Amino acid sequence: MPMDTVDFRDLAVEEFDTTTMLKHATEQAIQRRYEDFFIADIDGHHYETGSFAQICEYIEDPVMRQQAKYQGFGGSGIASSNGAYQELMGRVTRYPGRRKEKTPTTPHRDITLTKRWMDAIGIDYVCMFPTPMLSLGLTPRPEVEVALSRAYNRWLCEVVLQNEPRIGSSLYLPINDPEASYQMVKDFGGKKGVIGFTICSPHYKATYDNAYCKTYALIEEMGLPLVYHGAFAWGGDQSMSLCNRFLAVHALGFSWFNILHCTNWLCNGMPERFPKLKTIWVESGLAWVPFLMQRLDNEWMMRSSEVPLLKRKPSDYMREMYYSTQPMEMVHNREALELTFKMMNAETQLLYASDYPHWDMDLPSTIYDLPFLSETGKRNILGGNAKRVFNLEPIVSEVKQKRLAARGTA
Amino acid sequence: MADVLVCKDGEIAEGGVRVIQAGEVEIGVIRHDGKYYAYRNHCPHQGGPVCEGIRMPGVLDIIGEGGIFLQQDFDQKDIHIVCPWHSYEFHLEDGVNVCDKRIRLQKFKVVEKDGAVYINV
Ligand code: FES
Repeated sequence: MPMDTVDFRDLAVEEFDTTTMLKHATEQAIQRRYEDFFIADIDGHHYETGSFAQICEYIEDPVMRQQAKYQGFGGSGIASSNGAYQELMGRVTRYPGRRKEKTPTTPHRDITLTKRWMDAIGIDYVCMFPTPMLSLGLTPRPEVEVALSRAYNRWLCEVVLQNEPRIGSSLYLPINDPEASYQMVKDFGGKKGVIGFTICSPHYKATYDNAYCKTYALIEEMGLPLVYHGAFAWGGDQSMSLCNRFLAVHALGFSWFNILHCTNWLCNGMPERFPKLKTIWVESGLAWVPFLMQRLDNEWMMRSSEVPLLKRKPSDYMREMYYSTQPMEMVHNREALELTFKMMNAETQLLYASDYPHWDMDLPSTIYDLPFLSETGKRNILGGNAKRVFNLEPIVSEVKQKRLAARGTA
Repeated sequence: MADVLVCKDGEIAEGGVRVIQAGEVEIGVIRHDGKYYAYRNHCPHQGGPVCEGIRMPGVLDIIGEGGIFLQQDFDQKDIHIVCPWHSYEFHLEDGVNVCDKRIRLQKFKVVEKDGAVYINV
């Protein structure tokens, strides 16, 4: 038998490099020629805990600043109130690996790391969200939520968004304080890279409350979207605390809080009261959408008297809302997925999201490889819809520009 | 079909992985408990580098008499290859996915002879 010699590399456990870990994603990007179109990721994350010392300096109240510095952020031990074993005991290697990854002193580490995974995957533009702060609405002191979210938003605008045109953000609203939420929109709307405002869904405020109306009106007037970003609550939530496995908490929680707010949004006629306000439901997957459409339509036919503001079926309004793709439930039933896409008018309403670097991230190929989508539909979902909804300037990443130049099509 | 030289025996440390490029195909050669296993370094889920993650024993729920839950335990006899991208798990012995038998990694035959390790590609 002939014997070949080959190229090889041995894996070094002590090193971690995003570009290497995502080499196969880069191969997908090259094979599928992602350089031919704009890809926007409307839900990518960073770990703000890595920059918490800097963020603390942006807390306006000096006593709160000192408290934050002393206490730190979060608490990730096994007995912490949020359960905290999301990281799968090291099975997803980028969780422990990211701490070891080397970056130059400039630009800011979060910019370098974010652009590294964007380039590897083939993403031109990302709407960046924090990670543990998604649960900040559950903190018992509303003033902590206000102080930390203002500090984070100021830090994000000055340190990241100001310096990197490929990164934008839909800024956190401190939902437990309606007045502070309004002030946030007034103070930050119009700043560079601010492309929307976000309600992180796990919290216990009814977002149809009149106290929020002026905030919605202002966001609508600015032409920005309102994002509801899913997440989970565990320890503090009576229903969820019946779950003893994170799989259950995650599968239910990330969809549940958006199902709850979307239902209330419809039952209070908010789409009629703020007809130009674009709402985007992020990180709840897609399977909940047909469920809620069917459920609400059925009940509305019998009880429309309770919701007289709704002039059309709840599902008609839902088909005008926007949804992010991830985490796309696509494991076994292509038919169900196709029907879901049809029911939500995916080709115009669905926005690609990676959720990178989280454990259930989706690559653009999850959309690009779907056989039932037209080429235009794929490109809309991967970037065209986001460009329209967020009023984005399409950017071609440096990596893609090089690929185009190499093909002679730049 | 060609025998491709991977390494001299012992060159890959216990628990280590060597990723080799055999033409178009990337193959992960894993050394575990003194044995070598070779799989295509391509995860059937979203194409991740499945051999570049960690290995972990399977996890079992231990159920006592009367259906009572007792505890969880590691099954040291069933080591899993864990894909580092999203944690899909595959039995190290045969590359079959632990949740769905229809999903499997492409396995390559490993031959040890004359103090060296080869795979049949
Ligand atoms: S690509 Fe391997 S688990 Fe997803």
